[in-house]
Amino acid sequence: MVKILTIKDIERCVGCALCMYACSRRRPKSPYIGYDHSGILAISLSGFERGATIIVCRACYEPPCSQVCPTDALVPRKGGGVVYKEKLCIGCDNCIEACTISAIFKRQDGKVALCIHCGYCVDFCPHSVLEYREV
Amino acid sequence: MDLIDFNLKKILHINLNDYSYFVEERDMGEWIGGVGIATRLLSENIKKDVDPLDEGNVIVLAVGPFTPAYPFASKTVAMFKSPLTSNLGESHAGGRSATAIANAGYDAIVIKGASSKPVYVVIENEKVHFRDARVLWGIEDSLITGRIIAEKEKGRGIRAIMRIGGAGEKLVRFAGVMTETYRHFGRTGLGAVFGSKKLKALVVIGKGTKRPSDAKSYREIYNKIFELATASDAMKKYYLIGTPVNVAPLNELRALPTRNLESAYFENAEEISGEKFAEFNLARRIACNHCPTACIHLAALRIPYEDEPYFHKTIMISYDYELIYSLGSMLGIGDRNALLKLMHRVELYGMDAMSTGVCLAWATEALKKGLISQNEALAPLKFGDAEAYLKAIDNLYFQPNEFYKTLAEGVEAISKKYGGKEFALAFGGNEMPGYHTGHGGYIGFLIGLRHSHLDNAGYSIDQKAKEDPEPEELVEKLVEEESWRQILSSLVVCFFARGVYTPELVVEGFKPLGIEMSEDELKEIGRKIYLEKLKLKKELGFDLGKMRIPKRIFEVETFKGNLDSNYIERALNYYEKKYYRAV
Ligand code: SF4
Ligand code: SF4
Ligand code: SF4
Repeated sequence: MVKILTIKDIERCVGCALCMYACSRRRPKSPYIGYDHSGILAISLSGFERGATIIVCRACYEPPCSQVCPTDALVPRKGGGVVYKEKLCIGCDNCIEACTISAIFKRQDGKVALCIHCGYCVDFCPHSVLEYREV
Repeated sequence: MDLIDFNLKKILHINLNDYSYFVEERDMGEWIGGVGIATRLLSENIKKDVDPLDEGNVIVLAVGPFTPAYPFASKTVAMFKSPLTSNLGESHAGGRSATAIANAGYDAIVIKGASSKPVYVVIENEKVHFRDARVLWGIEDSLITGRIIAEKEKGRGIRAIMRIGGAGEKLVRFAGVMTETYRHFGRTGLGAVFGSKKLKALVVIGKGTKRPSDAKSYREIYNKIFELATASDAMKKYYLIGTPVNVAPLNELRALPTRNLESAYFENAEEISGEKFAEFNLARRIACNHCPTACIHLAALRIPYEDEPYFHKTIMISYDYELIYSLGSMLGIGDRNALLKLMHRVELYGMDAMSTGVCLAWATEALKKGLISQNEALAPLKFGDAEAYLKAIDNLYFQPNEFYKTLAEGVEAISKKYGGKEFALAFGGNEMPGYHTGHGGYIGFLIGLRHSHLDNAGYSIDQKAKEDPEPEELVEKLVEEESWRQILSSLVVCFFARGVYTPELVVEGFKPLGIEMSEDELKEIGRKIYLEKLKLKKELGFDLGKMRIPKRIFEVETFKGNLDSNYIERALNYYEKKYYRAV
């Protein structure tokens, strides 16, 4: 069965960003240090006095990001969300504009970072915010 | 994509005199990072006899080689000349400060000069922007300043907003710099140095990425550290009840300084214990960036408005052991809500809580003894009276008379002027932390290079053994601990994770980053950094011979009996010969 990343309980989020660092390390052969390649973003809610949250792809069934991609770098994925064919990405930012929840991030090299629903980050969230579940 | 290069350090130099900047890259691997490179950079860039509030003072911020490769390496080390102690100033803060600096590509930032008008500085990877902060100057609430800048600047989630409150602007010598609302460069007055440079805030937006030299072992060691941190007991103390878990046991031990150390036992300690805060006030926990522990405990305080029925505000206040001691037991405050209000007020102005509490405790006793008059104190200072202390904290900010102007210089300065040195509880000019545990604690404050309990954890040596070792042996233990902590502060690993980062693990963690070093070499570097720091401290004006020991500490029994001045003298003599004179 196909799985997607979902949020179990956002109120538990402490804003530690361990999920961001995990996402950057997700490729076994080419992990990154830092979060430029992270498809998930941990933020405070206008200051930590109001708590923290994360911004991440919700796995649309009809992904607008893919609909506006001129090179087919983003193709709908079975189970929701998209498959990101990085080589095809020309860095036009159309998808960044199209994603209603701003879950696509600009990388320093001009390409984008977004969640591809691999599930790697789930085990690194120390506070059980995230879940990898079947659709 | 850059591979991590351990030896080559990238340093951003900012000059506020002419709003210029440049990047320097050089080999500083032998100093590791953090406190190691900051010591060198401060030494090279500062004129040693400069007045701490002169534009010639220099601020160095540094992060380490584990930032952001591994969890817990999330502290930024700040070094500068301290306006409080007039020699070496050093404080550490977490939040996103360290990871943002590292992700922006820097190992250190050096800030020189002073702006003629208020500014805030935004670092965005290789670009530095100088922004007009005239409209922000005068906002005394550090939370508001943070919110305004957060609205205006980009980089949500990947930036740190380090700012001062009113205390920094008004040059309160123990003003801090706040970041991500609840983390502080607290001790030794970095906030006043920001204020003297007319620097309201420093924003760092970091976006870079690096690669480990070995992918496989990097992921493996990361997992090992993560498991150690989350599965073991090593961090439990910090995530369950948090540091306030210490209130009850220290009180039981007769080690909790109370009412300006008239006593070391607080009859209302249970009310302000970590357990009570957790049961009744804890509202949420948050974390520094890249920290699985989330030790930051926030209490919710609901306050009704007196002028409008059914109109309330609810504020979130971070509490820790040090604040409970300094604004609680030290001031005789045994009511949690009152204590939270004091914590909030100190947070808002951006003052170091320990220094503030100790200053107010001294003032209370001085008023009681008639050394100062009601005209000077303005507020009716009395142990247990939170309303009076709230006014006094306001006065430390407004400084409406000569008395508060001097009090804002710290307890050393005020007691020099008004007397009462016997009960002015500072060591090396830094107001004391909350540990009346014995010789280890106090000698630790005296010889610690920041005069902080965290320098060498003497309070913990006291609690571990029933009998004190010989003074010479105690000094050796303290210096050994402080030397190892130079390594942790050079890696910028949070001290709370010291149980996780053993020498063995540090060496292991180095490997995937392309660093080969043995445990012995590592410890040797720790000693080298320690001595280098002591040397710099001396050059900046530290004089061990002038160290004052307030009589009060001898009058209150510790759990091992009364302190012995001969013991302390022997320890200091030994330290002087073996270390102080050697550098
Ligand atoms: S990135 Fe945004 S638009 Fe694309 S699938 Fe995810 S949520 Fe939908
Ligand atoms: S599921 Fe995979 S791609 Fe998505 S945020 Fe987690 S690690 Fe990144
Ligand atoms: S790892 Fe979990 S708690 Fe931490 S920021 Fe991500 S979702 Fe929130």
